[in-house]
Amino acid sequence: MTEPVLAIRDLVVEFDTPDGVVHAVDGVSYEVYPGETLGVVGESGSGKSVTVMSALGLIQTPPGRIVRGEVIYKGRDIIGLPIDEMREIRNKEIAMIFQDPMTSLNPVFTVGDQIAEALLAHNEKMSDDRARDETIGLLEMVGVPNPDRRYDQYPHEYSGGMRQRAMIAMAMANKPSVLIADEPTTALDVTIQAQVLEVMKLAAEETGAATIMITHDLGVIAEMADRIAVMYGGKVVEMGAVDEIYHTPRHPYTLGLMMSLPRITGEIKRLLPIPGNPPSLISRPPGCSFHPRCRMSEGRELCRTSVPTLADVDHGHLSACHFWDEVAEELAREAEATGIQAHGGALG
Amino acid sequence: MGTFIARRLLYSIPVLIAASMLVFFGMSLVTDPLSQLRLIPNLSQETLQNIIDRKHLEDPIIVQYAFWVKDMFFNQFGTTAVGDNPIWPDLQRAIGNTLQLVLISELIAVSLAVLLGVLSAKRQYSFFDYATTTVSFFGFSVPIFWFALVLQALATAFFLKTGIRLVYTFGQSSPDAANPFIDRVQHMILPIITLAYVNVATYSRYQRASMLEVLHSDYVRTARAKGLNERTVTMKHALRNALIPVVTVAALNFGAVLGGAVITETIFAWPGMGKFFIDSLVRGEIYTLMAWLMVTSVAVIAMNLMADIIYGWLDPRIRYD
Amino acid sequence: MTDQQVHPDEALETEATRAALESVHLEGLEVKSYTQWQLARKKFFQHRLAMTSLVVLTIIILAALFADYIAPYPFDAPNVPDRSLPPTLEGFHIFGTDKIGRDYFSRTLFGTRTSIYVAFIVASVSTIIGIIVGGVAGYYGGKVDNALMRITDLFLTLPFLAILLVLSSFLGAGNPVRVAFILAFLFWTSLARIVRGEFLGLREKEFVEAAEVLGASDRRIIFRHILPNTVGPIIVNATLIVATAILVEAALSFLGFGIQPPFPALGKLIADGQDALTTQWWLAVFPGLTIVTIALCINFIGDGLRDALDPKQRIK
Repeated sequence: MTEPVLAIRDLVVEFDTPDGVVHAVDGVSYEVYPGETLGVVGESGSGKSVTVMSALGLIQTPPGRIVRGEVIYKGRDIIGLPIDEMREIRNKEIAMIFQDPMTSLNPVFTVGDQIAEALLAHNEKMSDDRARDETIGLLEMVGVPNPDRRYDQYPHEYSGGMRQRAMIAMAMANKPSVLIADEPTTALDVTIQAQVLEVMKLAAEETGAATIMITHDLGVIAEMADRIAVMYGGKVVEMGAVDEIYHTPRHPYTLGLMMSLPRITGEIKRLLPIPGNPPSLISRPPGCSFHPRCRMSEGRELCRTSVPTLADVDHGHLSACHFWDEVAEELAREAEATGIQAHGGALG
Repeated sequence: MGTFIARRLLYSIPVLIAASMLVFFGMSLVTDPLSQLRLIPNLSQETLQNIIDRKHLEDPIIVQYAFWVKDMFFNQFGTTAVGDNPIWPDLQRAIGNTLQLVLISELIAVSLAVLLGVLSAKRQYSFFDYATTTVSFFGFSVPIFWFALVLQALATAFFLKTGIRLVYTFGQSSPDAANPFIDRVQHMILPIITLAYVNVATYSRYQRASMLEVLHSDYVRTARAKGLNERTVTMKHALRNALIPVVTVAALNFGAVLGGAVITETIFAWPGMGKFFIDSLVRGEIYTLMAWLMVTSVAVIAMNLMADIIYGWLDPRIRYD
Repeated sequence: MTDQQVHPDEALETEATRAALESVHLEGLEVKSYTQWQLARKKFFQHRLAMTSLVVLTIIILAALFADYIAPYPFDAPNVPDRSLPPTLEGFHIFGTDKIGRDYFSRTLFGTRTSIYVAFIVASVSTIIGIIVGGVAGYYGGKVDNALMRITDLFLTLPFLAILLVLSSFLGAGNPVRVAFILAFLFWTSLARIVRGEFLGLREKEFVEAAEVLGASDRRIIFRHILPNTVGPIIVNATLIVATAILVEAALSFLGFGIQPPFPALGKLIADGQDALTTQWWLAVFPGLTIVTIALCINFIGDGLRDALDPKQRIK
């Protein structure tokens, strides 16, 4: 069993706000192995972005703070590293792509210069010309046509898909060991999404990097991920191989997600959203943070009083639910009631 | 970039034409030179007729406008109605004097404002930030003329107390000054401080606000994620974007700066455009006033053009519209 | 699917509520649904400087409006025996007297009253003009927008103060109402630009499209849907106009071109005290301080309003 290249252990991150302390990340643990893609799924406010931003030290402290936890990169805890060491790690060891490529690129500099900047920042001896050549090569690798001309263009002259490709090029420039993509395709058209994901897959294969793909889009996850971590209310509630999660979810929230997807096949009477609203991260519900919205918790004291821990319930399949074994029955029951196929069918 | 400038230049021409019409016809609306002239005592019928002929005061207004434009281009704005004195020489001198004041004070104001704004933004919520904010708020709550008076009073009081002449409170220069350059500077300090103070306050708020916005932007986040050091992030990525609104505001503010000059020069008796304007206004010299308005319009339009060009140079997105 | 006929306004009310709830969710707050206005009011009250300024300003305004009852002396009552007194408690000459014995506290009070009248008129008139011009330009866009913006630009091209001086010189100022209208004539431009910008942006938003599709008339869309959303920036800008109006009015009367005797004006008071700056400093200082205080308060309030009405949150 290989060592994970990046492991997040019991990370707790809080923010001070005028309305109280926001518990954005509440004891999150997951890891990613070389060459694999870990999908992190969750709604807005689930803590999925804050987790990785904290790992790279990109959270503003104040008002945020890392209360406890470790982020182990290649055996070394990088939390609390002095800032200049942190900068060595950014982009060179762990690179990150963000959601909106239009606003993520500086509008007043050329795309090429911005990518080259990543190279020059981490390679002292590299000459400007060499950086330019390499950048053009990178642009070619990610499928930007006419890379030598495009080098000198500005972000607003690129299309959305091309911008994200440029961001990927920037991220892969120094061949990092971990690539973190935070909602990389959310701002793109569906057709462009597929292309960009292809590029990401290729880039990861080429360099052997591990990928953490953060998204709320279950379709993207199905396409890209080997394993999934499902996050809710600042915690990981379920984790496992992608097939297992899709076919046999073991947490009512995951079940709810699967059920709420619109399907092309089958006859659907109504869409089935998860009732209720995401939890307040300031005044969290007692016990399990999902219980106010969970059908299975009805009448059960345990859900209200005791916080379930993430535990291995089935050969590497982890769940944070007191009644994880009942999820399968719930699945069957709901499938009957609504006529929806009893698994992530249309996702394949 | 070249076509961009050319396009903007071309666009300025109709604006100038419109401005000239606004000035001339506007003036005609609020004044009536003929009746005004008739009010002047001791004006002989001969002189009156002479003025009427020279300025075509009995012709239709369009014709008057045409002659005025002609005077503007071929005759250096021509002469005053009463007295037939050429307008341009005095105006030109006044322009020079004001430029000294305004250019220096704007340069100081912008530089100081950028510095203060950037530092305030980087140290948001610190004591420095609150202090500069308070001083800024004071800056744009203070009437320029009152501020000028206070400065004058303080300088005079200082002189009376200590006998040392640090700065002058009136005029442009002293006769038989030992060192004319230093003497000129001593005369300029107070007016420049006055002009600069209000603008530093306004510009630094803009700079702070835009710097804050930029520092929280996605591309600055990307720059940090790339592993760049904080100095590069601030000075290269952030500042270049944050300067854009401030520089444009400063350029577009030029009209207001000239207005401020009116007050400042009057109080400090600086022989510039402002004082020239007030003097002409008091004497009711319409043609001088119109010449003044046209010159300032040209200046303001030129500054707007500068603002556009600088904006285009700083922000590539604009060049291609 | 339900087949109810949804009234256009109900559909859009939901949009607004949804937007409010959404902002609440993203903050991680519970569903304690604040409407936009409650949120703004709450934030404003938290802004200490703005609140203090509001109190101070109210006191000043009330004192000035009731000047007739509060002022210990009339505006123009020479009292030679008490001339040239520095600020003192006897005779209640807390701002001192000038060289013919007129009490400066009373004079300042009356002058403040004039300033407030003028500022109020300027703010209301220019706001109305600005909303109309900006609204029409922003809503209808295209040629109308172009034309109106060219005109606005033209107004901005010529130096403000100079035009004001020319206008007041030739149109005969002196009367506060006249001066107010002359000022309003030039002050509307900044508001027009802002309103136009807002209208242009809001016009493209989905809820306006929805209203159009549901058959709402232009007027209804403007008044019911777009205008309420522009109130925030309008209010903020209007407060700025008030502050600027006070400063400019003072400048005009100082130079002798604005409000003139017999009408009281703070600028004129300062001008009167100009010659005795070092000997009778109180003559110029107190009216000036009054102006500064008023302007400062208005600016702080404007800042508080801006913070309160800003939809962006502090933490990402």
